[in-house]
Amino acid sequence: MSGNSTYQPQSKVLQWFEKRLPIGGLIHSSFVAYPTPRNLNYWWTFGGILSMMLGIQIVTGIVLAMHYTPHVDLAFKSVEAIMRDVNYGWLLRYLHANGAAMFFLAVYIHMFRGIYYGSYKEPREVLWILGVIIYLLMMATGFMGYVLVWGQMSFWAATVITNLFSAIPGVGDTIVTWLWGGYAVGNPTLNRFYSLHYLLPFVIAGVVILHVWALHVAGQNNPTGIEPKSERDTVPFTPYATVKDGFFMACFLILYCWFVFYVPNFLGHPDNYIPANPAVTPAEIVPEWYYLPFYAILRSIPDKLLGVVALFGSILILAFLPWLDTSHVKSGRYRPLFKQFFWLWVIVCIGLGWLGSKPPEGIYVIMSRLFTLYYFAFFIVILPLLGIFEKTKPLPNSISESVLGAKA
Amino acid sequence: MTNKNTILALTIATAIAAFAAPAMAQVHEVPAPPAVKWSFAGPFGKYDEGQLQRGFKIYKEVCSSCHSLSLLSIGSLADAGGPGFSEAQVAALAAEYKIKDIDDKGETIERAGRPADHFPSPFANDAAAAAANGGTAPPDMSTLAKARGYMRGFPLFVLDIFTQYQEAGPDYIHAILTGYKDAAPAGFTMPAGGNYNEYFPGHVIAMPKPLSDGQVTFDDGSPATLAQYSKDVTAFLMWAAEPKLVQRKRTGFQVMIFLIVLSGLMYFTKKKVWSAVH
Amino acid sequence: MTTVSSAEHTRRDFLYIATGAVGAVGAAAALVPLIAQMNPDASTIAAGAPIDVDLAPIADGQIIKVFWRSKPIFISHRTKKEIDEAKNVALASLPDPEPDSERVKAGHDQWLVVIGICTHLGCIPLAHQGEFDGWFCPCHGSQYDTAGRIRKGPAPKNLPLPPYKFVSDTKIQIG
Repeated sequence: MSGNSTYQPQSKVLQWFEKRLPIGGLIHSSFVAYPTPRNLNYWWTFGGILSMMLGIQIVTGIVLAMHYTPHVDLAFKSVEAIMRDVNYGWLLRYLHANGAAMFFLAVYIHMFRGIYYGSYKEPREVLWILGVIIYLLMMATGFMGYVLVWGQMSFWAATVITNLFSAIPGVGDTIVTWLWGGYAVGNPTLNRFYSLHYLLPFVIAGVVILHVWALHVAGQNNPTGIEPKSERDTVPFTPYATVKDGFFMACFLILYCWFVFYVPNFLGHPDNYIPANPAVTPAEIVPEWYYLPFYAILRSIPDKLLGVVALFGSILILAFLPWLDTSHVKSGRYRPLFKQFFWLWVIVCIGLGWLGSKPPEGIYVIMSRLFTLYYFAFFIVILPLLGIFEKTKPLPNSISESVLGAKA
Repeated sequence: MTNKNTILALTIATAIAAFAAPAMAQVHEVPAPPAVKWSFAGPFGKYDEGQLQRGFKIYKEVCSSCHSLSLLSIGSLADAGGPGFSEAQVAALAAEYKIKDIDDKGETIERAGRPADHFPSPFANDAAAAAANGGTAPPDMSTLAKARGYMRGFPLFVLDIFTQYQEAGPDYIHAILTGYKDAAPAGFTMPAGGNYNEYFPGHVIAMPKPLSDGQVTFDDGSPATLAQYSKDVTAFLMWAAEPKLVQRKRTGFQVMIFLIVLSGLMYFTKKKVWSAVH
Repeated sequence: MTTVSSAEHTRRDFLYIATGAVGAVGAAAALVPLIAQMNPDASTIAAGAPIDVDLAPIADGQIIKVFWRSKPIFISHRTKKEIDEAKNVALASLPDPEPDSERVKAGHDQWLVVIGICTHLGCIPLAHQGEFDGWFCPCHGSQYDTAGRIRKGPAPKNLPLPPYKFVSDTKIQIG
């Protein structure tokens, strides 16, 4: 995906094929010869890890769909039949459920890394926005997948999240009825969520291809934030990046498998092992951990419409990041003030996650409001102003100088 | 710089802790269930066959008069990693159950059960179950041990990842079974039809004390005490909810060994490859 | 790059091969659950347990159909005439030669138990039809005789026999 390749296969048959469809050259230029900055650290391996997780989710998901029944009377039972009767069904289902959590863990690390090193800045704005789109699609897919289990939390999450749209003035209720295909969350809702949950991962895969394409056009950012200037600054993707990605993928798999095999229900809520009951709302409805910060933002605002606007705004604002951050220096490494505000923002995000799991009362509400305020201020006030007032540290002349200088 | 960050983080963490402490104290007016030592806990945990067989006897003789176990087939009692009944025992047991079916002429009949049949439910449907039990249907027990638990709180819940604590459900059920008190403490107003339980949220539980000393006689000479019953039936419920636990942990160990070897090899390969540029 | 000694070369090659091999083993192992999940699950296998069929209500000359493992099983209570027809065929003239004695259990000549699936392409043949008083498959015209043997048409084999045994003179267990 990066320019013309000089790739020339050895075998005659492949040469014949290459002349007609240069797919070998495409792969070679994208994943073999593609120059990557030589100073990438391990935070840069999460793109590869995310591709792996998407692959695992699609494969286990297709297999689970062979045994799952999207009907209100049978959904919960079919999931339990997978756990009990299907050969290795327990493994496939735990891989899929925990895989979603690991996918989000990896995407959050990937996003924090992008923000810290200014990976959204010119010329990578489109790359970044494609990433935000992938993240939005992931959230929708993850939510609908969670509903398919048709436990108590599934049902009530579906009710609460679809009701967010009822906040839209005038047409809200019409939209919610349309989403449900009924007068409450029911069989039509479950069926369409199943259909979309199967579709969206392939849409994600499509946008991922665009994301990788955009990446290979602009080239990777790196910890210094300076673009590579000579061949001394880069190494070929294969074997250097592949083996490094591979090592960290294997490490990530250890973490993932620890959850799958030893604490598979740690990240889930016990109530989701109770079949959905439209007549009884659980004592407290808590989303999966990866939505908790947004849930806290939603609840921190006492007005229904504004709460929903804040919830969606907190995600969409990421798409405007390339223009909200006015600093000309990319990497947080050379931005002493940014660094502090960034880490505070990370703590606030985690804090919001914690608050999202707490009942909306007393001190939790006050803290949620303060944290929400900082979350938005970081984007709207701090980042634009920092670019003007911050005194940045001197940048090295090149990547290789930074690497060699660090060694000396 | 790093120091400043650390100080900042610590300040915030302290602030959070200071705010959170009183809030948590309010939530936990019900004591945390005491931790029981379960044979199925930990990375090499296994179910105790004798315990599951005793637990099943308690389910059959006591719980099953109100609680269904509808997601389990009778035959699964003979599955590997479970109570260890033989195929013949399970077939004989299945024949004791009466299963609703339809004969050749379309008439509703009751036939003898087969291992492939699921455990029949004590009530015809949920509405009947609710009507017979003061308005609330007794929950199905198939997934109960995973559908119950209690808040572990910070920092325990983080440590649970490393200690592999997955027994909040069994601990809670065991605590409920042993937590009944003959009378509510002075000053506690008990609503009609309620029973006082130390560990139930709000202390008022609709289910009357289900198990007492001497209620079930074991064939293997285990003591006929509430302490024994509550452990055995809870272990059985955990198996019912997670019948593949033994396979899962065994496979997990193999996968872990494999991944550690693979990561090690990948690490050295990476080092070798990069040695040329570093 | 600096020059690399041959010993270094061997060590590096060994490391690469070992890593690749271990990775390949892992990928192959990961395929096992993905393939195994398509096989019949525990509930399907349990439901495929042997079934008992009471023969007493089946009249002389009557054919009934029961299901075992989701397959139709024909149980034919053959008349004297049908038994004779089945026995008096020149084996050499059959596409899939099998004497009648191998089609039934000894001493139970009147009971023919076959899997009612045409050996051509899996349709269910119709009873008491065709030129041989046995079965006729409506899909492609295969014809079976009173012993369930193929006589005419595209099917290559006789109707297969399910595993079964006589529990008593009037009761069989299929499976």
